Amino acid sequence: MKTLSLEQAAALVPDGASVMIGGFMGVGTPERLIDELVRRGTGGLTVIANDTAMAGVGIGKLISAGLVRRAIVSHIGLNPETQKQMIAGKTDVDLVPQGTLIERIRAGGYGLGGILTATGVGTVVEEGKPTLTLDGKKFLVERALRADFALVNAFLADYRGNLTYALTARNFNPVIATAADTVIVDAENIVPTGVIPPDHVMTPAPLVDYLVAH
Amino acid sequence: MEPSVIIARRIAQELRDGMLVNLGIGIPTQVANYVPAGIDVFFQSENGLIGTGSVPEEGMHHRLLTDAGGKAVTALPGACTFDSATSFGLIRGGHLDMTVLGGLEVDAAGRLANWTIPGKMVPGMGGAMDLVSGAKRVVIAMQHTAKGKSKIVKECRLPLTSVRPADLVVTELAVIAFPGGRATLLEVAPGVAVADVLAATEAPLTVSSELHTMMLTAEGSS
Repeated sequence: MKTLSLEQAAALVPDGASVMIGGFMGVGTPERLIDELVRRGTGGLTVIANDTAMAGVGIGKLISAGLVRRAIVSHIGLNPETQKQMIAGKTDVDLVPQGTLIERIRAGGYGLGGILTATGVGTVVEEGKPTLTLDGKKFLVERALRADFALVNAFLADYRGNLTYALTARNFNPVIATAADTVIVDAENIVPTGVIPPDHVMTPAPLVDYLVAH
Repeated sequence: MEPSVIIARRIAQELRDGMLVNLGIGIPTQVANYVPAGIDVFFQSENGLIGTGSVPEEGMHHRLLTDAGGKAVTALPGACTFDSATSFGLIRGGHLDMTVLGGLEVDAAGRLANWTIPGKMVPGMGGAMDLVSGAKRVVIAMQHTAKGKSKIVKECRLPLTSVRPADLVVTELAVIAFPGGRATLLEVAPGVAVADVLAATEAPLTVSSELHTMMLTAEGSS
């Protein structure tokens, strides 16, 4: 794990990168990294996340700045700007059931090619996907998802890069931390190694490539 | 009584002690206001919380503690938090006793459409497809009609949320179940006649031989 300044960390992400971003309606999103990407104007991004938050919050800022070419998300209902860009053909939006989305990311991070799920069988979600019937039950084959970068928001990071999360800000964060080539963490608090007891570590340090300095 | 209050108070009757329950946004959220006395249930928010409590008092909210709609909530004693993979493992894995969701249409076999009106409203399905496919019991909370048209239809015109049928639909007029894949009228709201329900319903309804009047949980009993 290396520590970088906010500017250095955001500069790692090139135009056109695929980026997994933690957060649920903006809760648990690495806000400082988003602000710096917006300031730099890093564009053409593929964003993989639960949702596109609201205008002016978290991923909503990337959307409003026109930096997202494609969004793979479960929900855009609270961000009219995403819907507008989708209808105008400026942003491609792949809507994925939330449980399927997180499990595809988990598969990507855990070395699996994909998952089998009954969610979406017989609906528009099934279109174009292989199916399998096992023990009389039909499943969709959903492919694993990985990304170039994961932008993770943690509550505590120790000097080694062990992480914990707080309350409902955990959501996608520990899962995306397993599924990207480069993992960048923005932690609310950076604490001495040992402050997080071994049993409380939620993301082990070796998964973290960069910690953004305060 | 407001339609939403009738619906929430009737659905509260479905709660049993020890259940793990997910409440959707809108009318379903109101069910938490009418938990019958002596019953202790766990409410799950799919963003990663079991033990979801009421809206915090002024000045007592935490910006990292919200429900699945992004609104500030409290956590009750014994609450726990987890990541989204665990949350949907609970939902898909048969650990969620009941899910209560809003609906746009329910067809004669109980299949729900509630996530999009193509060309008009494309919010995304969020967790709805997983909830309906995975929960042990699916209860739909919705008004019986929209703009004078029945929301209980012969066939859904809107894209389905799941092919798995709902167990119960509760409206301000009626309670309907789907035994054998047939819409069956079980209960009518106080003061509502069977003929009123039949007239307001597009789908063919079988009237149960045990038809009775809805029981409503007392107001403010939680």
